[in-house]
Amino acid sequence: MLRVLKSPKIALGLGLFLFFTLIAIIGPSIAPYSDPLKLVGTPWQHPSGKFLLGTTQQGQDVYSQLLIGTRPTLVISLISGVIATVLSVVIGVSAGFFGGIGDNLLSMLANVFLVLPALPFLIVINSYLPAGGKSNSTLLAVIISLTGWAWGARVLRAQTLSMRKRDFVDAARISGERSWRIIIFEVVPNLVPVIASSFVFTVLYAMGTYVALAFIGAIDPNAPWSWGSMLFWAQSNTAAQVGGWYWFAAPGICVALLGTSLVLLNFGIDEFINPRLRAAGLSRKGLKAAGVRSSNTLGLTPVVRKTPVPAATILEETV
Amino acid sequence: MPTLIRRLMFYAVTAFVAISMNFFLPHMMPGNPVQAMLAAAGPSLDHRAVAALQAQFGVGTGQSLMSQYWSYWINLLHGDLGISISHSPDTVTTVIGSSLWWTVVLVGTATVLSFIIGTLVGTIVGWRRGSVLDQVLPTATFFQAIPYFFLATVFLYFFAEQLHWFPADFKGYDTNNYVIGWNPGFIGSAVQHAILPALTIVVSSVAGWIVGMRNMMVTTMDEDYVLVAQAKGLPNRRVIYYAARNAVLPSISGFANALSFVVAGSLLTELVFSYPGLGNLLLSAVTNVDYPLIQGIFLIITFAVLAANLLADTVYVLLDPRTRQEA
Repeated sequence: MLRVLKSPKIALGLGLFLFFTLIAIIGPSIAPYSDPLKLVGTPWQHPSGKFLLGTTQQGQDVYSQLLIGTRPTLVISLISGVIATVLSVVIGVSAGFFGGIGDNLLSMLANVFLVLPALPFLIVINSYLPAGGKSNSTLLAVIISLTGWAWGARVLRAQTLSMRKRDFVDAARISGERSWRIIIFEVVPNLVPVIASSFVFTVLYAMGTYVALAFIGAIDPNAPWSWGSMLFWAQSNTAAQVGGWYWFAAPGICVALLGTSLVLLNFGIDEFINPRLRAAGLSRKGLKAAGVRSSNTLGLTPVVRKTPVPAATILEETV
Repeated sequence: MPTLIRRLMFYAVTAFVAISMNFFLPHMMPGNPVQAMLAAAGPSLDHRAVAALQAQFGVGTGQSLMSQYWSYWINLLHGDLGISISHSPDTVTTVIGSSLWWTVVLVGTATVLSFIIGTLVGTIVGWRRGSVLDQVLPTATFFQAIPYFFLATVFLYFFAEQLHWFPADFKGYDTNNYVIGWNPGFIGSAVQHAILPALTIVVSSVAGWIVGMRNMMVTTMDEDYVLVAQAKGLPNRRVIYYAARNAVLPSISGFANALSFVVAGSLLTELVFSYPGLGNLLLSAVTNVDYPLIQGIFLIITFAVLAANLLADTVYVLLDPRTRQEA
């Protein structure tokens, strides 16, 4: 596993993610003002020493808003990701493992949720919630996860299908193991990379969706205070048009950076699962250093070795 | 063609689920949201509209849930989605009809453009793997992670407000000088207003196609038939064509999943540009607690997405002979 950390993509992704996690933990205590809505200065001040990221149209401190908003954004995305991943593992693996009519029904359900446009569906559900429900973080995370499990379930089902007929699963079955034990101790451990990749993807999806719902005001824009809240108020006060670009840019760039870190992590996991992508990640210079002389990258997966070997040997082994 | 018929049946089931959820959701929610809405909007509506809404949502009519569900279906099949509260006395069908085409043309064009550009770029980047072109990937990743509405605001700020390359009053077209219709003035104005929103959607969504196509291309290039094609001395262009034709299949079958994101992003893009499409209409309906309109827009968007998926399925069958062989 440590080998994976050497990939610059993973290192960058993990670093960024840990940075935002740290901000989520200590953000509220290092924020200059503990209430994001407190009026602390004159409106529309540009970033300066006193207000690092300027002030809003009402004179609130954008920097404090950003620090305080990190925690709910990250926590709701993570809770949503966990719930959706658990759902997708339970549904996907049992559908793939047991097969039959249950598999048909569950696959159908997953496909229906994949095709339904998620954001409009969430807007519809949220519009019916009473005012208290629109500011309930746990409820929001659950609702978002309802639309986020289907893709993972489909991928996991396909992987389980290919695993069901493997020898070690047959061996466990013949030795009299019960189904749930085979699933938990034989099948699921082999699916861990796929589950991890689907979890990271779902967290990314949940963050985008949560920010979007807050941005359009489909949920309570003030409670809990998040990056989406900042974007909502910046947009409704036309911040970008009246010169308050920093109010809009700060949370927007943070969303993009956190999103990038998750995508990079996912790339890393993909390369871990599929070594072809990893070898392809080598530069031509790296290939040369590793002893692979390729004028044409076609037809063989370059193999990285500790000691350089002549390209001819590799060709003979591969073809 | 059994493949297409199977898909068609699946879409029928999906439509049925969407329509049914649309009906049952307000009934399942705590605190009877519809009654609250009627109480809030009641005084501004005439009594016929209130009666129609009560019938639509089954408030105070004493009907059983099943008979309400039945009459909901009958109305729907007649194209009757009820009366829009915020646009009363206009019906939901009329209100949606005036914004539907803006969205369909904008999002449709942008999605097709994005798919074509992304697939072409992905093919080239995958073919030249390990070269400088691999640097396209991290850049694309960053653009993929930027929320649509953020990019939209940045574009609006720089290209419209600062550089004045595009009009900054986004109402879909120049409302003062032209009327909607098949006249060159209106079409020119509409195209001019659509460029920035379309650019936003393309830039935000193209990365997904690039990365998917590139990864599939890398995998496909290791297949024996590509090596054979190369060994036979076919020109590179032919080899790339054969590899790409096979590598593009997962992109097309993954179209359904991607489309959901594009639709979501487009709704938000419309909000930023005040574009007169379904996205803006949906958000104003949410602000005005206009349940009939919210429900109607959700249904229309779902139907449009299903139609687009069916189109992608048809293309898949045309591209992949194996699906036809089953017949």
